[in-house]
Amino acid sequence: MWKYANPTFFLTLVDRVLPWLAAATAALMAAGLYMTFFVAPADYQQGDAVRIMYIHVPSAWLSMFCYMTMAASALGTLVWRHPLADAAQKAAAPLGAAFTFVCLVTGSLWGKPMWGTWWVWDARLTSVLVLFLIYLGLIALWQTIEEPGKAARAAAILTLIGVVNIPIIKFSVDWWNTLHQPASVFRAGGPTIAPSMLWPLLVMALAFTLLFISLHLMATRNEILRRRLHRLTMLAANAADGGQADLRFADMEV
Amino acid sequence: MTRALAALFLRDLRLARRIGGGGSMGVVFFLIMVTIVPFAIGPDLNLLGRIGPAILWIGALLATLLGLDRLFQADHEDGSLDLLRMADTPLELIVLVKCAAHWTATGLPLALAAPVFGVMLAMEPQALAGVTLSLLAGTPALTFLGAMGAALTATLRRGGLLMAILVLPMAVPVLIFGVSAAAAASDAVASFGTPFMILCALTLLSAVGAPFAAAAALRSLGE
Repeated sequence: MWKYANPTFFLTLVDRVLPWLAAATAALMAAGLYMTFFVAPADYQQGDAVRIMYIHVPSAWLSMFCYMTMAASALGTLVWRHPLADAAQKAAAPLGAAFTFVCLVTGSLWGKPMWGTWWVWDARLTSVLVLFLIYLGLIALWQTIEEPGKAARAAAILTLIGVVNIPIIKFSVDWWNTLHQPASVFRAGGPTIAPSMLWPLLVMALAFTLLFISLHLMATRNEILRRRLHRLTMLAANAADGGQADLRFADMEV
Repeated sequence: MTRALAALFLRDLRLARRIGGGGSMGVVFFLIMVTIVPFAIGPDLNLLGRIGPAILWIGALLATLLGLDRLFQADHEDGSLDLLRMADTPLELIVLVKCAAHWTATGLPLALAAPVFGVMLAMEPQALAGVTLSLLAGTPALTFLGAMGAALTATLRRGGLLMAILVLPMAVPVLIFGVSAAAAASDAVASFGTPFMILCALTLLSAVGAPFAAAAALRSLGE
């Protein structure tokens, strides 16, 4: 495991894996979108509006998956103080915010024709909105604290506090009486959704997951390179300065 | 250790009383919040009486947040936070005691002022009792949650706004159960006990969890 956690090894690994991952994402996304629009049947009640589901549900799953990835990285930051975990954490926050945003917007677009309203304050919608706000708070925290190590530890603590929200999102439809429908795919007793709709959904979910992994790897790589660049700049400035420059922010061994 | 903690409690109370921006200012802010709402939604007493608990709770939430950014920042600036961090007393207990002192200085006056302000909003006596009880039980949770945000932003120069952004989403459950307990007090059908118990549980849970998170934040930011 430690071999893979070495930033240099990680960079070569990403360079080798990323083209395949990107190709698989593109192929699956194309297949998923084709199935969404041409293969999956229109709903007998909702008509073609049901096709929003193939974007809405995967992005909702990914918004939580991304948070759990971030929480795992946060543990890596707090327990092992690993710079790669810091970078993975920082890279996940904007991605998670984006997936949550897509989930909220598509849900709203779907809600207008089906429920007759853009937004209701039921437990599922509200808890996802809180997740979005937590993502925004994390991004703000990353931007505010200059020193990368400190920012990573502060964000890790906040991330772990916010984990409380994830089971609330997952079980909100069971605990409260919500307008949002209860779980219909991952539930005891098997999915209640017709196979003709389930398959396109699963393909889209896999495509979204691969998209997230690719983007996350790219963003983590960018973060590592950004830190190296920063460190090199500081070293160059220090050398030009005759060793007087402030090296506090350049102490990352990345 | 108990003596050290008692001394810290008294010190924080004394500081809150002698330095501006303590409890009295929070109550004044609370009064202003209650005053501006009727200007915004109109002086319809029936409507005000119905949404009174919600107005009081939002006012209390914002008033609590206002004072919290100084909870650790002032100690960080004058260096006493470093002493507290290096003391033999566990930092978690220090955070707990500082929160208790902060709540006594700011949260308690808010809860005690709430029935007076509630009268201005044409609330029934039962609703007044309900909102006071729910604020007494719920504002400690707001202080504890705020302490986590205050610890995360203690070293930042302009941490107040960021702290509000970090803390307010976490305060949503407290607000939900606080307002539903307060509203249930004047409602014949809804039960006051259930949301009130959950509110108490949230306070106890945050009293246990928040000191650890805040202490971890203070330690990691102070390195």
